[in-house]
Amino acid sequence: MSAVIVNQVSKVFNVDKPNHVDALAEIELVIEPGEFVSLIGPSGCGKSTLLRLIANLIEPTVGNVLVNGKPAAQARLDQDYGMAFQQAGLFDWRSVEKNIELPLELKGWDKARRRARAQEMLELVKLPEFARHMPWQLSGGMQQRVAIARALAAHPPLLLMDEPFGALDEMTREHMQAELLQICAATGTTVVFVTHSIPEAAYLSDRVVVMSPRPGRITEIIDVDLGAKRNEDTREADVFYDSITSIREALRGIEHAAVRGGVDDR
Amino acid sequence: MSLRRVLQAVVPPAIFGLVFVLGWEAIVKGFDLKPYFLPAPSAIWSAFTDNLDLVRSAAMVSGANALVGLLVGTLLGVAASFLLMRFQILNELVSPLAIALNAVPIIVLVAVFQNMFASTSEIPRRLMVTLIVFFIVLVNVAKGLRQVHPTHLELMRSYAASPAAILTKTRIPNALPYLFTALKIAAPTAVITAFVSEYFGGRQNGLGYFIPSNFANSKNAVAWAYVIGACLLGLTFYLVSVLLESIIKQSRGAAPGGATT
Repeated sequence: MSAVIVNQVSKVFNVDKPNHVDALAEIELVIEPGEFVSLIGPSGCGKSTLLRLIANLIEPTVGNVLVNGKPAAQARLDQDYGMAFQQAGLFDWRSVEKNIELPLELKGWDKARRRARAQEMLELVKLPEFARHMPWQLSGGMQQRVAIARALAAHPPLLLMDEPFGALDEMTREHMQAELLQICAATGTTVVFVTHSIPEAAYLSDRVVVMSPRPGRITEIIDVDLGAKRNEDTREADVFYDSITSIREALRGIEHAAVRGGVDDR
Repeated sequence: MSLRRVLQAVVPPAIFGLVFVLGWEAIVKGFDLKPYFLPAPSAIWSAFTDNLDLVRSAAMVSGANALVGLLVGTLLGVAASFLLMRFQILNELVSPLAIALNAVPIIVLVAVFQNMFASTSEIPRRLMVTLIVFFIVLVNVAKGLRQVHPTHLELMRSYAASPAAILTKTRIPNALPYLFTALKIAAPTAVITAFVSEYFGGRQNGLGYFIPSNFANSKNAVAWAYVIGACLLGLTFYLVSVLLESIIKQSRGAAPGGATT
């Protein structure tokens, strides 16, 4: 059973209104369990919209989305996925552990079980001693780690991430990428990861989905083969640079097409 | 806060205040100003200590009016802000009104209220304070309930949270600092409203009555003694509200700013 199936999905915002937007057109994507898939493309290509469709935060105009073999709406009700955003989005009136416990609270877990799971997740993201801290006492990178711990607290098989490291500095960012890979390897979680950073997509992904704007389409899917174990040496390996080059060329193709399109319109 | 920083914050204004009072005393004595023009601080102080019981009982009357209006106005304001959040149409009707009221001296309504109730009733003044507090609390708390971080709402939706859970775990905690900011604005306003309401007639028992009546009788030092009482009452209300706000600020790192409307 595939982790995610996006079946002939189109999304139009403000249907039948003057300000309507064709966000996505005829998207077809299948993601297998345990895969790490990045969505990359210029702004306005609908990568975040696609992620939100998988999360059932919005409904497709045409087509359907299956998560874990069930309709996306059912998967959301079953909390089959965890989600992390560019802003950590921690609740500033809750302590770190209470933030991680929130999805479990909503599932109706009792307090002892929640506490134990929160501690387990804090150890996974290497912040065990910060359970009682308040979010504002943590650095940006630490807050993002708590957000990832929260997203994974219910042990969902799928993790959806929308530019989660976009607001971090380069050093923290690379560190977090390595940790995310370790966490995914340890938990076997499938990841759909929205980014606009080419090296980030290349370093993390098994496959990179390259998208083009107006309307958002998938133009190319690039396999990245960096081997099972990626580490800091990977960032200097030739095969890493080759991947970066092929992603970049795919993105350039979009750019050129857009420029040609602009000329043709005149 | 370290002792050094406390001293740095307190000592300069204290010295300034002392110099100001001494200068005032010197000018009154030096130019031989008449008490009906400006009494000396020493004369005001002795009027204050001589009439301490009278000032205190007047302060209790004005303070009770301010406190009752503050509490009732806050309760009603919070209740109404939930309705505004729940019913968008109500929000569109009431919000412009609340903002427009800010441009109108609604304090004059106290004359209307006075006409509705017996002349011995404290209700008109309390009603006036309630009304003014109500709109300050309403506008701020409604903002706190509505302006929730979009990421928080998306997260709650991803957890399949019920509307009740979104309210209790997201909107209400988000609105809490807005409530305390509203109280910080409303508390001194409640005291001022209580004083000014007493100027419009009704029972002759509050600070707002005794200040002008003593001036009218040329008992200027006594009038100033009531002014001291008014300052102390206003400060008490303000300090309590600042203390409440600082407690919530400390637990969250920072509190959002609030609007006066």
